[in-house]
Amino acid sequence: MSIDIETARKVAHLARIAVPDAHLPDLARELSGILTFMEQLNEVDVTGVEPMTSVTPMRLKRREDVVTDGGYPEKVLSNAPDAREGFFAVPKVVE
Amino acid sequence: MLDHLAFSAPEPKRIAGAREDWELVIGLEVHAQVASNAKLFSGASTTFGAEPNSNVAFVDAAMPGMLPVINEFCVAQAVRTGLGLKAGINLRSAFDRKNYFYPDLPQGYQISQLYHPIVGEGEIIVDMGPGVARRVRIERIHLEQDAGKSIHDMDPNMSFVDLNRTGVALMEIVSRPDIRGPEEAAAYVAKLRQILRYLGTCDGNMQNGNLRADVNVSICRPGDYEKFIETGDASVLGTRCEIKNMNSMRFIQQAIEYEARRQIAIVEDGGKVDQETRLYDPDKGETRSMRSKEEAHDYRYFPCPDLLPLEIEQAWVDDIAATMPELPDAKKARFVKDLGLSEYDASVLTAEVENADYFEAVVAVCADGKLAANWVINELFGRLKKEGHEIGASPVSPAQLGGIVKLIKSGDISGKIAKDLFEIVYTEGGDPAEIVEARGMKQVTDLGAIETAVDEIIAANPAQVEKAKQNPKLAGWFVGQVLKASGGKANPAAVNEIVAKKLGL
Repeated sequence: MSIDIETARKVAHLARIAVPDAHLPDLARELSGILTFMEQLNEVDVTGVEPMTSVTPMRLKRREDVVTDGGYPEKVLSNAPDAREGFFAVPKVVE
Repeated sequence: MLDHLAFSAPEPKRIAGAREDWELVIGLEVHAQVASNAKLFSGASTTFGAEPNSNVAFVDAAMPGMLPVINEFCVAQAVRTGLGLKAGINLRSAFDRKNYFYPDLPQGYQISQLYHPIVGEGEIIVDMGPGVARRVRIERIHLEQDAGKSIHDMDPNMSFVDLNRTGVALMEIVSRPDIRGPEEAAAYVAKLRQILRYLGTCDGNMQNGNLRADVNVSICRPGDYEKFIETGDASVLGTRCEIKNMNSMRFIQQAIEYEARRQIAIVEDGGKVDQETRLYDPDKGETRSMRSKEEAHDYRYFPCPDLLPLEIEQAWVDDIAATMPELPDAKKARFVKDLGLSEYDASVLTAEVENADYFEAVVAVCADGKLAANWVINELFGRLKKEGHEIGASPVSPAQLGGIVKLIKSGDISGKIAKDLFEIVYTEGGDPAEIVEARGMKQVTDLGAIETAVDEIIAANPAQVEKAKQNPKLAGWFVGQVLKASGGKANPAAVNEIVAKKLGL
């Protein structure tokens, strides 16, 4: 499977990464290269092999339903470029 | 034990277009906030109405390096909900990332369960009136994170973001397209809400947004839906539109109504309905397109690398199953079969579990289901409603109301006196039997005393006696006079009998 320039443009936009038009052909070629490598992996027969989700046999860690965190809005907001009255302030979002 | 009462399916709603008749096909995705103390993947509180950004852990704010750890109670609540909807529980499920950008989504993705949801297929019986109900199939329930809240009206140029809701656990409950009208859709949400409240897995507070629905609507010609059900081929149906994020049953109904007519007008004009997401504007009573979000529909789901698959044991599911309460359908069926209530009364009493519990406590005292139902529904609910009280704030306890009903049942007081007694207990409190004794409210069934009273009335009204002899219906006037003279305490049945005898009717 190969990625054309339009697909590269769309993927970049969905990821909110600014890619100048001049760089799109290179990006498309690189993405195609990755997919070609994936296709090569597809040649391996994995019938009957469980997908590996963890390197070590682990069970998903659970927490109890107890409030143990939060209560520090000033820390949460400390890196915000703009915060007002306890809120993050962002350029107006129109729906 | 009876699972539910017998029912038959309602007719699908038909809407007359300018040229022909149309039917609706509706499916719902309901987002129900899990009733938990902490969030799905963090230890921050879920309390509503806290100071902005105070119920936020670094995980929720998506600070670099923070990892999600799942709240086991939220998983249990999803399983419990699944069991309540008679659904299959998947012992292995997994989390995926749904990727999109919005200011109230700091991670840039929502953790959800697209490929392997925790709950599989179930069903809800949607009541449309006594003996009529729609069986709506549930496709799946999955666990996911809620987003934050954006406030657009605090500043002309800025939007304000509060992350308190970010990461709160939601159950997304997805129905099959089995709903056939706007009223059914509203009734579906009402029934789902009722079941969730019985289970205690979601508080169902729609005003706070703890229960909200996305509605998929399409139109079809009569007969097409049956073809779809037979073949599973959705192409015989019209193109569907999704109306997002409604938090009122009334709006759901209105939005579907409007949307159906909009689609009918397009198709009858020879046009095509575009598959799109729309918003309902309750002020204008119309739906409108959310075109700006269309492109964001490419969510690029992939398995969340931060979370291992969620594996649960059958024994754990069985433990949850062992704690299931009696659900509305079963309770209603029991009230009808065992207590002799009408289906309508049983529906009213089981609407909220608190009402049903109150009613059962009354029955436990007076041992008469029908009489207890009358008094709980007509007198108590009527009175509470007038004063804007919930059942929890009732000044009359089940023991007191049961006591009043018991006195009626034993014939100690008449129904009329019982209303006075109810009023006294409601406003002053006290033990009904003691009040009746102390205030001389007991019904007079002493036939001799009643006979004397009847004789007096007859003697004092010779003209009426003559009239009554011509027209026996007028005997009721004498009965009324005697009851009045007795202060409502004379046994009406006995008075009736004696008046008739004395007048020679």
